[in-house]
Amino acid sequence: MSNAPVNHGRRRFLTIATSVVGGVGAIGAAVPFIASWNPSEKAKQAGAAVTANIAKLEPGQLIRVEWRGKPVWVVKRTPDMLKSLEAVEANLRDPNSDDLQQPEYAKNRHRSIKEEIFVAVGICTHLGCSPTYKMADFDAHVEGIASGFFCPCHGSTYDMAGRVFSGVPAPKNLMIPPYMFTDDSNLLIGADEGTA
Amino acid sequence: MFKNLMSWIEYRMPFMEKMNLHVMQYPAPKNFNFWYFFGSLAMLVLVNQILTGIWLTMNFEPSAERAFASVEYIMREVDYGWLIRYMHSTGASAFFVVVYLHMFRGMMYGSYQKPRELLWIFGMLIFLVLMAEAFMGYLLPWGQMSFWGAQVIISIFGVIPGIGEDLTLWIRGDYVISGATLNRFFALHVIALPLVLVILVFLHIIALHEVGSNNPDGIDVKVPNEGQKFDNNVSEKFTFHEYFTKGGKKIIVDAIPFHPYYTVKDIVGVVGFLILFCAVIFFAPEGGGYFLEKPNFEPANPMKTPDHIAPVWYFTPFYAILRAVPDQLWGAIAMFAAIVLLALLPWIDRCKVRSVRYRSTLHKLNLVNFVISFIVLGVLGVLPATPLYTLIAQIASVAYFGYFIALWFYSKNEKTKPLPVRLS
Repeated sequence: MSNAPVNHGRRRFLTIATSVVGGVGAIGAAVPFIASWNPSEKAKQAGAAVTANIAKLEPGQLIRVEWRGKPVWVVKRTPDMLKSLEAVEANLRDPNSDDLQQPEYAKNRHRSIKEEIFVAVGICTHLGCSPTYKMADFDAHVEGIASGFFCPCHGSTYDMAGRVFSGVPAPKNLMIPPYMFTDDSNLLIGADEGTA
Repeated sequence: MFKNLMSWIEYRMPFMEKMNLHVMQYPAPKNFNFWYFFGSLAMLVLVNQILTGIWLTMNFEPSAERAFASVEYIMREVDYGWLIRYMHSTGASAFFVVVYLHMFRGMMYGSYQKPRELLWIFGMLIFLVLMAEAFMGYLLPWGQMSFWGAQVIISIFGVIPGIGEDLTLWIRGDYVISGATLNRFFALHVIALPLVLVILVFLHIIALHEVGSNNPDGIDVKVPNEGQKFDNNVSEKFTFHEYFTKGGKKIIVDAIPFHPYYTVKDIVGVVGFLILFCAVIFFAPEGGGYFLEKPNFEPANPMKTPDHIAPVWYFTPFYAILRAVPDQLWGAIAMFAAIVLLALLPWIDRCKVRSVRYRSTLHKLNLVNFVISFIVLGVLGVLPATPLYTLIAQIASVAYFGYFIALWFYSKNEKTKPLPVRLS
């Protein structure tokens, strides 16, 4: 032990320097623990966005695409169907889509980016059955309306924009997933400008 | 022989010394009433949860494919598995019953006031960890309500602007609640949070013994020694650890040793508690659908939303506040604030008199207002949100927050009754 006087400045510097290096080390060591909570590669694979080609979609036709284990519908609506959207509004539970069941860009009367192309998760918001697409015989369920979606489980009805009618068990409009058009004939479902 | 062993240990580790300090020679005020049962009962339930929890992990399988079936297996095939599981599930509700009563005791008698602020903060941390523990535990049976309840609660984090969506993704470890979520909740539920809980309980008790127990009169039982004499001071008959008299600088008045007086009294509380606890376990283990909700007897199905998603009863007062606010983000903030305000009570209440016995009528009424609004919110939280119920929930939320706001204003110059010198 030397009897040299204590150099307080040096001692403080060494204490702070050691603390800072130790702190950085602790933060670095925390990274793998925090990052391991992110979705695994397998989960990311299963949850990735899917593409749908709509080049050959006929007016009025519905195709199903699977995304994250759920059926997603893509429908090319006819001008008559689009016209019916306005006619049914008085009978809808949430005509203006105030419930957050769609991305911001689908919060409009047709609940879609392009007027004629309708994209929605085909699961009834009541108890998760998949409603049936009634292209021409929907008036059996809602008088005077030719087309819509009818859930066979408990009789919930939706219009051609997936908006639920009032007086049926389903509480909410059909869910619209995030999606975007990569070009005129290709849809990317599960990602949009915000996330892609 | 035994004496030799004890002194052999004592020489190497202060075992009896610490037992004396915290149990045999710990001065507890002599006027504890039944409200003072709930601290020791909370510890009893904690032991019950740890013990039954360890046994449940011996047969539970934390995977999305096997979790529900393994709980059924415990219930039907494992010897006494039903009992251990019901002890655990009923214990969760019992934990909240005793903790809520324990917290209310603290509010009634001003036990959070100076110098017990840190003690109160540790208690609130225990409450928070307990809520996380209960929430994660409820996901494990992988029933319908496990799944959808977790969906609702995790989505609360989604309302945080900017990072919300990524945060929920990080918590779930998947785009939906899945086996990944179940596995991490299991890990947190069986090891991480119980460890934190036990450490916090330890700190809670150490902090309690440093400042001493409050009592229904809210006056101090340790007074500065100025050579004064006290008539009929029961404490003269006992030996207390010198730590509490600070080497003669303090006189202990109207306090009795924790052991045997309060250990024996707490046994009475334990017996009463166990009668009720066993009655639930054996005759109503599902608690009428409130302790184990009915949809939870159906396996989790991501494609099928239950008609009505309600959290378990002990979350409902806060859940009702969340729903009462029309805006999602502000709802989440209000729910969080409802808990934070409780933690801030030591600084919100500026009155110097602790116990409700000697405080103003206004304070008594305000406390009644708190209890009523808390219960009303709790009832509304299990009911579906109709316009009428939402309106009542909004009124009750205002009343709940009103308790704290009013308290802050009137407590500064409150008209209190004169405090007694000795315990009544």
